Amino acid sequence: MHDLVLEDVRKSYGSVLAVTDVTLHIPAGKLVCFLGPSGCGKTTLLRMIAGLEAPSAGRLLLDGTDIAPLPPDRRGFGMVFQSLALFDHLTVGENIAYALHIRGESRDRQRARAEQLLEMVRLPGIADRHVSQLSGGQRQRVAIARALAVDPKLFLLDEPLSALDAKLREAMQIELRLLQQRLNVTTILVTHDQREAMTMADLIVVMGDHRVQQVGPPSQIYREPANTFVADFIGTSNLLPVTVEGGGSGAVRFNGAAVSVGAIPDGLTGAATLLVRPEELHVLPEAAAAAGGPNRLPATVTFVRDVGGTVEVHVDCHGHALIAESLRKDAPAVAAGDAVTVELPPAACRVLAA
Amino acid sequence: MSLHQHPRGLRQHLPMAIPAVVLTVFFLVPFGIMVAYSFYHRVSGGFYEPAFELDNYARFLTPLFLGVLGFSLWLCGLAAVLCTAAAVPFTWFLSRFSPRGQTLWLVFILSVLSLSEVIIGFAWSTLLSRSAGISNLFVALGLIDQPTAYSPSFLALLLGMCFITFPYTVLVLYPSVTRLDPEVTEAARTLGATPLRTFFTVVVPSLRPAIVATLVLVFVFTLGVYVLPQLLGQPQHWTLSVFITDQAVYQSNIPFAAAVAVFLMLVSLALIGLTLLAGGGRRS
Repeated sequence: MHDLVLEDVRKSYGSVLAVTDVTLHIPAGKLVCFLGPSGCGKTTLLRMIAGLEAPSAGRLLLDGTDIAPLPPDRRGFGMVFQSLALFDHLTVGENIAYALHIRGESRDRQRARAEQLLEMVRLPGIADRHVSQLSGGQRQRVAIARALAVDPKLFLLDEPLSALDAKLREAMQIELRLLQQRLNVTTILVTHDQREAMTMADLIVVMGDHRVQQVGPPSQIYREPANTFVADFIGTSNLLPVTVEGGGSGAVRFNGAAVSVGAIPDGLTGAATLLVRPEELHVLPEAAAAAGGPNRLPATVTFVRDVGGTVEVHVDCHGHALIAESLRKDAPAVAAGDAVTVELPPAACRVLAA
Repeated sequence: MSLHQHPRGLRQHLPMAIPAVVLTVFFLVPFGIMVAYSFYHRVSGGFYEPAFELDNYARFLTPLFLGVLGFSLWLCGLAAVLCTAAAVPFTWFLSRFSPRGQTLWLVFILSVLSLSEVIIGFAWSTLLSRSAGISNLFVALGLIDQPTAYSPSFLALLLGMCFITFPYTVLVLYPSVTRLDPEVTEAARTLGATPLRTFFTVVVPSLRPAIVATLVLVFVFTLGVYVLPQLLGQPQHWTLSVFITDQAVYQSNIPFAAAVAVFLMLVSLALIGLTLLAGGGRRS
């Protein structure tokens, strides 16, 4: 097992900044996910780790040794590309055994290893087939097998599932995660799909605006986002502009009304953002209930989205759109146009810098 | 009418009529006449009369003719291999330039096409000559003692052949090379291949159809070249095209020249067929 440390890594193309100020620890045997919108620099970061781009500054330490000067062919990493990048002129078996072929291993060894890997990705007996004869999901598995052929020190995945349809993608996420845990290989996954990141990662690195925004386990990223960028990017968020009053009163003001919240970060005063996740927000059918308790605000239903298992109620609260999500059995009996009350449980209210 | 429908009736076929007529009148008819002439009987004094005899074809079985044929195939095959071997890496590097750099290089290469075979032949024979050629430069640099003539010679002829076909090979290879997915070569690199190994194990095999097309193109193109051998080669380097010109123009033996031309075409068609068969082997 190998671990990787990035120290102050930066990459720019001329005057165009791709990614900067990246200091990270990728622990051995873990699956770390670089998550962010397109153009945030996550793929550039992965390509620097793979050796396909040279960092403009900073160090990449694999088990304590700087690997920045090594070309990609001497790093011993396995990478699955977004386009999969299979060799169309070779058979499935030859694709998988390519790294062994380059190392000069015997044909029998190559063949045996290819068969073994095909078994592992649950595609036995197709070694002699041509790559062009495979389905999307099969190509996917072949690309994964090829990257794992010589027990890579790091397993790098660049949006590997983006070409698959939704159902297959979800199944592959779980399968890939189980495979990674079984092989215990240090893995970095790049994705813009937060659901994929939540499913697979031990640690999520949220990236945005060319830098790291937050690092943490999936549940922490979701429950305790470090800033509005993370809160907005991960999951659905209700974000309200509020004002923090001085004196540590534990309350903020929204639209003139006091709203009590769980905790306010130290030193935060003035304009701030209040975050409430949709599943924490309650909609009470009666407009009159607004007067009946703390953290209750009057609102108007604008839309009800019933997706089967869950029901989303969209409301307008003083000109701000909010979404409340609940299980069907807990869903309030409301319709578009109804005057209602929304309740923000104090424990579910997080205050972030604006 | 949608573009995907096959044309029906006379009216819809009309746009095809002009190219069809031009092809028939200016290509098929002269070709038919030439095939007919190849069976005609030659009358001494430069004339011929209609006949159907195989005498012209029987003359192929002379050592002189077979020697010229063998040399032509060898020279053109060698030119095809050398020119393609130079063009594949060249086009590969070209495709990695900036779009602006690529355009400049392509314009420069295409400008060679504006030069006629005669001009290219004279330019190279001057460049390789003793009195004004590059050997004078070598003397100035102290590489050799005194200027020598590099032309006419086999190598001079080969060089000229490669020079004249190089722009075409780049043009044929360029679309395929630029369509190669850069991630494919990157994948090879991460799997342990050096840039050189990557080029030979991934780039070249991926370009196989284009490379075969290039080989065929250079081969056929150089088979038809008949000025360069006379300018850059010695008489023993004269190819079948020169031989045909000589028979038709100077010996006034039109039937024999026609027979050789037909034969040359059949031989090159057969070789192209074999190349395509071998080159297309593992495509699916």
